[in-house]
Amino acid sequence: MINKSLKQLGEMLQTKQISSVELTQTYLDRIAQLNPEMNAFITVDPDKSLAQAKQADAMIATGKTTALTGIPIAQKDIFVAQGWRTTCASKMLENFIGPYDATVIQQFNQAGAVNLGKTNMDEFAMGSSNETSYFGKVQNPWDRSRVPGGSSGGSAAAVAARLCAAATGTDTGGSIRQPASLCGLSGLKPTYGLASRYGMIAFASSLDQAGPMARSCEDMALMMNVMVGYDERDSTSLNHPKEDYTRELGKPLNGLKIGLPKEYFSEGLDNNVATIVQAAIDEYRKLGAEIVDISLPNTRLSIPVYYVLAPAEASSNLSRYDGVRYGHRAKQYGDLMDMYCKTRAEGFGAEVKRRILIGTYVLSAGYYDAYYLQAQKIRRLIAQDFENAFKQCDVIMGPTAPSTAFKIGEKADDPISMYLQDIYTIAVNLAGLPGMSVPAGFSNNLPVGLQIIGNYFDEARMLNVGHAYQQVTDWHNRMPEGIA
Amino acid sequence: MSLNSQDIKRIAHLARIEVNDDEAQATLNKLTGIMALIEEMQAVNTEGIAPMSHSQDVTQRLREDQVTETNQRELYQSIAPSVEDGLYLVPKVIE
Amino acid sequence: MEWEVVIGLETHVQLQTQSKIFSGASTAFGAEPNTQACVVSLAMPGVLPVLNKQAVQCAIRFGLAIDAEIANRSVFARKNYFYPDLPKGYQISQYELPVVGKGHINIQVGSGEQAYEKNIRITRAHLEEDAGKSVHGAQQGMSGIDLNRAGTPLLEIVTEPDMRSAAEAVAYAKKLHELVQWIGICDGNMQEGSFRCDVNVSVRRKGEEKLGTRREIKNLNSFKFMQQAIEYETRWQIETLEDGGKIQQATVLFNPDTGETRAMRSKEEANDYRYFPDPDLLPLAISADDIDAVKQHMPELPEAMKQRFQSQYALPDYDANMLTSSRAVADYFVAVVAAGADAKLASNWVMGNVAAKLNLEEKSIAASPINPTQLAELIKRIQDGTISNNAAKQVFEAMWNGEGEVDSIIEAKGLKQVSDSGAIEAIVDEVLAANDAMIQEYKSGKDKAFNALVGQVMKASKGKANPAQVNEILKKKLS
Repeated sequence: MINKSLKQLGEMLQTKQISSVELTQTYLDRIAQLNPEMNAFITVDPDKSLAQAKQADAMIATGKTTALTGIPIAQKDIFVAQGWRTTCASKMLENFIGPYDATVIQQFNQAGAVNLGKTNMDEFAMGSSNETSYFGKVQNPWDRSRVPGGSSGGSAAAVAARLCAAATGTDTGGSIRQPASLCGLSGLKPTYGLASRYGMIAFASSLDQAGPMARSCEDMALMMNVMVGYDERDSTSLNHPKEDYTRELGKPLNGLKIGLPKEYFSEGLDNNVATIVQAAIDEYRKLGAEIVDISLPNTRLSIPVYYVLAPAEASSNLSRYDGVRYGHRAKQYGDLMDMYCKTRAEGFGAEVKRRILIGTYVLSAGYYDAYYLQAQKIRRLIAQDFENAFKQCDVIMGPTAPSTAFKIGEKADDPISMYLQDIYTIAVNLAGLPGMSVPAGFSNNLPVGLQIIGNYFDEARMLNVGHAYQQVTDWHNRMPEGIA
Repeated sequence: MSLNSQDIKRIAHLARIEVNDDEAQATLNKLTGIMALIEEMQAVNTEGIAPMSHSQDVTQRLREDQVTETNQRELYQSIAPSVEDGLYLVPKVIE
Repeated sequence: MEWEVVIGLETHVQLQTQSKIFSGASTAFGAEPNTQACVVSLAMPGVLPVLNKQAVQCAIRFGLAIDAEIANRSVFARKNYFYPDLPKGYQISQYELPVVGKGHINIQVGSGEQAYEKNIRITRAHLEEDAGKSVHGAQQGMSGIDLNRAGTPLLEIVTEPDMRSAAEAVAYAKKLHELVQWIGICDGNMQEGSFRCDVNVSVRRKGEEKLGTRREIKNLNSFKFMQQAIEYETRWQIETLEDGGKIQQATVLFNPDTGETRAMRSKEEANDYRYFPDPDLLPLAISADDIDAVKQHMPELPEAMKQRFQSQYALPDYDANMLTSSRAVADYFVAVVAAGADAKLASNWVMGNVAAKLNLEEKSIAASPINPTQLAELIKRIQDGTISNNAAKQVFEAMWNGEGEVDSIIEAKGLKQVSDSGAIEAIVDEVLAANDAMIQEYKSGKDKAFNALVGQVMKASKGKANPAQVNEILKKKLS
């Protein structure tokens, strides 16, 4: 059961081989068994989930269903859900009960999916290892002493450990793709503006994008059909015609031009990872694709640009957490200023504070032009790199992360080496392009992800490119030991 | 540009985050490395390049002027740290 | 050496919209605290702003009214600072690219011989959101925060430092106050805070080019207080400088009870607002078509109407000016003329008796007990000779007090003029017979005597004789 795809589960539900309540209970039982150690979920609320499952069963009984009706989906705890505790993995929101539904939550509700619980993450999505969560680290199901990646580490671990059929993630600099890579699953960050950001707690508004995390590209296509859509409540949402993301699945890859950026195979890349990615490229050759060498010359600048833009936006986005209307307020304080300073000192973790300080600094008087404005300009250069590259190829491929999952604590004290985890993923967010990671093999029993970057709005083709590979390989179906 | 721990305290105050001297020093050590990384940007010639904030060339959508929200004070204030008579309470605001 | 005061204004005008600038919460005034604070007003995690079309159209209207350039692309920016009435920890405003650029407003200062006109340059006008309110005294040592007002659309209108006296500043503020109501973008209600002025004041020695250090008087919501505050502040700055002191740049509040200004404690530390473009909003594009669409619904502007009154009704400059000082007055006047009254007579009545009565009773013209049609009926009775000017004043009083319509009042009070020449001749004869001395004076060349005789005739007719006829008949008899 736990290895069934979304499509298979959907068929079983529609033909009443299993009820949504039974399926939901199966996952809830697995969570009860495995989560105390793995810590992939921050909040599980069986009553709420089962109530939704009952409704789904009623929908199925009347025949009014969608592909996801009755299927339990885990939601990253960054999506505000009405009546659900929504923490963003921060002490600041430890007791915050969502007063409304995020658009993404609403979309899954409308599709009849079951909210299985809220998954762990780096605090306010700031991190690449899930170690900054106020609610504790998450174990990588492939090696419990290692990180699952981040920030969507809980979602990644939950999917890999079969605690849910699929999960949502968000990706600001690689937060869907890197944990997908480190946990051996498929993850897609869509074109910026395709999925609504309404109710998705903001980290860096101009980069944040929600996307699916699942075992296969086919599953992700079904998730995309639910998650993507124009939202009047999000000014940055794109009014793009509705698409069926499964429509390209199964098409042959003959003539597909794959660009390999030389910058993605240079120093800093783990040798084993490089070998595995090359092997995956070879597989594509066999599938009829043509390989072209390309260059993305400004890749190295994406890290400094990102560490200006994201903290700048975050420093402002996180100003609302002031202890006045909701969230943590310090127990002891003197005047108003003291209440602010203590509330925020207590409510935010070290990494979040660090980024707020960087952001405050780069925006402060006299520095705006040198930092924020300069970063926005280089951002355009980075986007132009891709524009030029897509004149030569249909998709770009390379590693998702420079290495496999590292040990818990290994990089916790070294922010820069942590930031370098996202060297291959950040530029995609800066350009606003869709990016995807699919499992491509194992190095020392740890999963390695292949990154596939597409042109704007080319998600349907990208999903087929991943799907075609998943038809001839079984990396995505491998299951970690000790979770059965 | 080099930061010192006074800078950290000034920035932290702007951001309304209390830091003691030890924290300021520890933060300084980490931020110095990050700022050095950021400085790499300064070598790039960006003359004539327009800053980019959205990947698509899109403009602001306008909402019709209609009241769509109803009073939900009870729900919203159920998660507030301190309220009285419908007001959010804070230490006295001095003008 | 003489001192000169230099004044610039920043005015926050609440725009007339149903809903807030970035959300669908109501902007109605006076609701119970926080009942109009939606998730966006409260800055709940995850919420996003979407711009109100009506607010943008109000800004375009204003731009057209002051002959300003309207930006085809403007940008919303975040102004970051912490304050409990500012839920997001930043205010969405416009910084580098405002929606309205440079424009100008002409003001008239003073009255009578000293009156003069002046052109005040508008630097810019930009859209932004209002903050909430702090309510004091909720609990000992605590303030209560009401976010109903948070997110109400504002247009902030900034002038160049072009004003040189409190009178000029007040004249500008009044003119702007009228204008924003005239074009229907603001209700002008100053008690409810719909129109609030921040006044930048500095002084310098006459002849000096460099501006002195300015202090900003915040949140003045009455013209009287503005006058007092500027006068006090000017005196204070001059005295401080003359005593050898220095002016520190500061934000100050005016206390109407003491008539003094004092520096705000919350603004003591220098602010660093860390402006940057709001990544939650896209650039605001305004096309020529958008501007045309707004133009179609623009009312005639005061300046154009003034010129029309002069050419169409042959009104003097003074009349045209006064009648277009407010939209309501102009509308009233136009309605009186439309109902058949002579334009000059209508102008005299509107600016004279009507204005005096309204002033006395502190009423707006909209609340006048005499509507334009009624006033036109009264004027028509003067025009057709039914009543004299003096009698008309009595009728006006009676109408104001609700004693009925024009004709019934004339009837009831017996105010009809005597225009029967036979009757008038009889009275004239009587008067001439009894005033031989005056006749002699007149004949010896004293014109005054003629007026005295007219007076006698009018008196004898109890004021009802048609004065023109009296004149005519008297002249004939004396020749």
